[in-house]
Amino acid sequence: MAVIFINDREFQTEEEVTLLELARQKGIEIPALCHHQALSPYGACRLCTVEVCKEDKSRLVTSCTYPVREEGISVYTDSPRVKQLRRVIVKLLLARCPQVKLIQDLAEEMGLEGSPFPLHDQEECILCGLCVRVCSEVIGKNAVSFSYRGAGRKVSTPFNEPSEECVGCTACAFVCPTGAIKVEDSDETRYMEFWNTKIPLRRCKECGITYTPENTPEYILGKLELPKNLLDLCEKCRRKAVAESLSNYDVTSRSVIIKK
Amino acid sequence: MRKIINPADLESFRQSCIKDMSREETWVAVCCGTGCSASGAHQVVSSFKEALQEKNIDGKITTRVTGCHGFCEQGPLVVVHPGNYLYCQVTPDDVEEIIEKTIIQKKAVERLQYTDPVSKEKVVVEDQVPFYYNQHRLLMRNSGIIDPTSIKDYLAISGYRALSMVLQEKSPLEVIEEIKASGLRGRGGAGFPTGLKWESCYNAPDNTRYVICNADEGDPGCFQDRSILEGNPHSVLEGMIIGAYAVSAEKGYIYVRNEYPLAVKNFSTALEQAREYGLLGENILGSGFSFDVKINRGGGAFVCGESSALIASIEGKAGEPRDKYIHATEKGLWDKPTVLNNVKTWASVPYIINNGADWYAQIGTEKSKGTMVFSLTGNVNNTGLVEVPMGITLRKLVFDIGGGIPEGKNIKAVQTGGPSGGCIPEKLLDLPLDYEKLTEAGSMMGSGGMIVMDESTCMVDVARYFLSFTQEESCGKCTPCREGGKQMLAILNNIMEGKGQENDLDMLEEIAQAMKEGSLCALGGMAPNPVLTTLKYFHQEYLDHIRDEKCPAKVCRNLIKYFINQEVCTGCGRCLKACPVDAVEGTKDEPHIIHQEKCTKCGACLEVCRYEAISVE
Amino acid sequence: MLEELDKVDEIIEKYIHDEAPYVPLLHDINSEFRYLPKEALKRVSQRLEVPLSHLFNLATFYKCFSLEPRGENEVQVCMGTACHVKGSPRILERICHKLQVNPGETTEDQKFTLETVNCVGACALGPLVIINDKYEGRLSYKKIDKLLEGYHEENNKSS
Repeated sequence: MAVIFINDREFQTEEEVTLLELARQKGIEIPALCHHQALSPYGACRLCTVEVCKEDKSRLVTSCTYPVREEGISVYTDSPRVKQLRRVIVKLLLARCPQVKLIQDLAEEMGLEGSPFPLHDQEECILCGLCVRVCSEVIGKNAVSFSYRGAGRKVSTPFNEPSEECVGCTACAFVCPTGAIKVEDSDETRYMEFWNTKIPLRRCKECGITYTPENTPEYILGKLELPKNLLDLCEKCRRKAVAESLSNYDVTSRSVIIKK
Repeated sequence: MRKIINPADLESFRQSCIKDMSREETWVAVCCGTGCSASGAHQVVSSFKEALQEKNIDGKITTRVTGCHGFCEQGPLVVVHPGNYLYCQVTPDDVEEIIEKTIIQKKAVERLQYTDPVSKEKVVVEDQVPFYYNQHRLLMRNSGIIDPTSIKDYLAISGYRALSMVLQEKSPLEVIEEIKASGLRGRGGAGFPTGLKWESCYNAPDNTRYVICNADEGDPGCFQDRSILEGNPHSVLEGMIIGAYAVSAEKGYIYVRNEYPLAVKNFSTALEQAREYGLLGENILGSGFSFDVKINRGGGAFVCGESSALIASIEGKAGEPRDKYIHATEKGLWDKPTVLNNVKTWASVPYIINNGADWYAQIGTEKSKGTMVFSLTGNVNNTGLVEVPMGITLRKLVFDIGGGIPEGKNIKAVQTGGPSGGCIPEKLLDLPLDYEKLTEAGSMMGSGGMIVMDESTCMVDVARYFLSFTQEESCGKCTPCREGGKQMLAILNNIMEGKGQENDLDMLEEIAQAMKEGSLCALGGMAPNPVLTTLKYFHQEYLDHIRDEKCPAKVCRNLIKYFINQEVCTGCGRCLKACPVDAVEGTKDEPHIIHQEKCTKCGACLEVCRYEAISVE
Repeated sequence: MLEELDKVDEIIEKYIHDEAPYVPLLHDINSEFRYLPKEALKRVSQRLEVPLSHLFNLATFYKCFSLEPRGENEVQVCMGTACHVKGSPRILERICHKLQVNPGETTEDQKFTLETVNCVGACALGPLVIINDKYEGRLSYKKIDKLLEGYHEENNKSS
């Protein structure tokens, strides 16, 4: 256990907890774009930067990757240095994605009116990498990855071609903070323009409506060890069966089912 | 070939190596470092071998292919021993004369000797050349003497003696204490005390540990690590083995830049030989200590010189850095405690062990001990590798060793520390070179790059050059580096095109500060340094670009024009022929003109004009 | 492609017992084919059970690798700092003009691929280019023109 201070309030905490986790547990707001509690920390957006002071030294660290180790450190989540850095980061993101609501809101909160910087793009993706991590760490498919580097960095499927791995689960769209990954379900297919990928949809054998991408059920069944007849049920009937089955699912270890 | 089984065995084998080497009465060292090789050193070697054979004296006289001697400007270099006769810019046609005069008659070939540009005098002996005698050559000294592909040569010059001594007489902790006492600091740039790094790895609670040699020398204008690997690979390997012993690592990696094929080759040879002789592998010299090293080739990514990115690359991933709140000495390669040091750091270790920490600590300044190897390049007479004690002034380096600026031009700045460093102006040339002083001036030691810039250099262009480099080489992971660098580059481009505004400079400062404070790794954190130092020391030059739309150094294309002086032009037609865009017009033997709307300002006309009729304004 | 895949398998075989050997493995494939064929990456993905997305990430991250077939001759222009202050940008421009390609591209006739490289450490010789591993230093416009013409002639002879 260690005693540390956040914004001059004293907290007792276990070691190795990250500053962001601790702050959020204690109800202290720190903005972050590339962080998700279910995924490993990444430290890319740098918006969650805080100032850590020890004796008369202070430095800026990203709270999502900084583990509590030292007794007695003082953390400031809103110091002038922190605020100034966040302002510039938001200005930079706003120049990249002027149309993204989330970034517009952040800018507005800071009292910014547009980005003063010379280059303006029309991107929707901020390269936080949540989609890459969720696909790898939770879904286990690794259908997408980062590609290229520097200013040319992207997230994409291999060769930008329709993915052979994607099961159409849309976890990536779910975690995407900017809404860059859009999912369109038509009669027969699920289309994700962002990944240049189309997945055929399956019809419920009972009522005939399309309800899930073609490969998802088998994949999830295998991964979570769900009852086999699940696939023959529509959404309503399925929900009941899944709830029963998942009551023993261990969320933290993700892939392991604790059987009765 | 035989396995050396214990220290006594090593010493007796060493005696035979020394005997072999001293049997050669006369020998010729031909520098075959990358610079000299590119100028034709290998043809010189073949000529020597053939000519000696023809004269039937090749049994007595050896031609030795050595690593880089450092004096690249004058290559290919040939040194005849004994006597240390130094010959510069040798071609195969000169070989006959060298053999006839120097080897047979023991006289110098004057026309091939180095001429001091200041005194205009010929210099006979290698050590007397100002370029060399102002240096303190430690890591570089043996590169010009031994054949880097021969472990026997290395053994003959006391190679692996430090290792043998350590294994016999010192505990790992004693080795660490020795390195701590020497004051050695990381030569990769950051200058972290090497002994402390080893100690924290030693103390990490895990049984598997690794040592890594960072040979991903990516700073443009830096080639000292490559030269050491090419010219004296065993010294680096010996340092690594000693370090591995100190932290109890069984496995090591060396990460070499892919653009350095000769370094990869020579180091591979060194590894094979060391294994054959039992200096690497199981139970080294009968001590019970086992260690081996694997070579990893880089993939052409500058960011992999950053330690966490380098480790990611060895692990088979893209070279993306990660936050290092937990150090590599605790969780490094495959999450195991890892010591990662630069080539020069590892190569320093055997010298420290052999001569003692006190001896090493005498060299240099209070906080920066030992020697540093700099790549002296750019607008300087003696381009090459120089090794000097820490604390020497920039002025001494550039003028005494570097021989000053070519073509009688004035010095404007010296850029140190590569893309992460800064530009130090002429007025600060008396700055002593050590880690702290360079950082105070807004630059850094870095890997030892030192680029001299004369008055014809535009400092805005220099800032943009480095920033476009770091932009291209950024991994793109974190926002400040990826987006900030992009915006700064756009601002600098605007300024160079005459579209700059005065608040651009504030914007540059603002983004630079955010990159410094907010970037994930040192590449992003240091990338603004070239911009910040030029803004600080050459502010007026930025203003000239912005307010007057003028580039005082006449470099920025949108701000200059080429003219043909009608009085001087003879109408020879050379520029007309050379112009790639047909912007030059004129009748034979009559003055030509340049059509400004067509001119791309490539400068081809200026290069070919024999009458100095073309001016730039 | 079958024959080529055999070659890929041979390369994979060398690394099959190594831990995460992807970067050295891609190096070998890249030098064998002068680029990374898509089919080769797919093969590596299957045989080593590594996601194709991961290999694509590596193939696009590291500059040594190319996803496009390369020309017969590789022209690398050094853009290191020493070369820069000695005029390499103008040399590069000249070569682009002569070959009618941008850096990173291959000429239509597949004869030349133009690349820039950030310092090869032969700073005394700057500005310089490396054509098929051969260093050509202290370049001027004239020398560059001559050099490229030489390679053109040689190519015409051999073809």
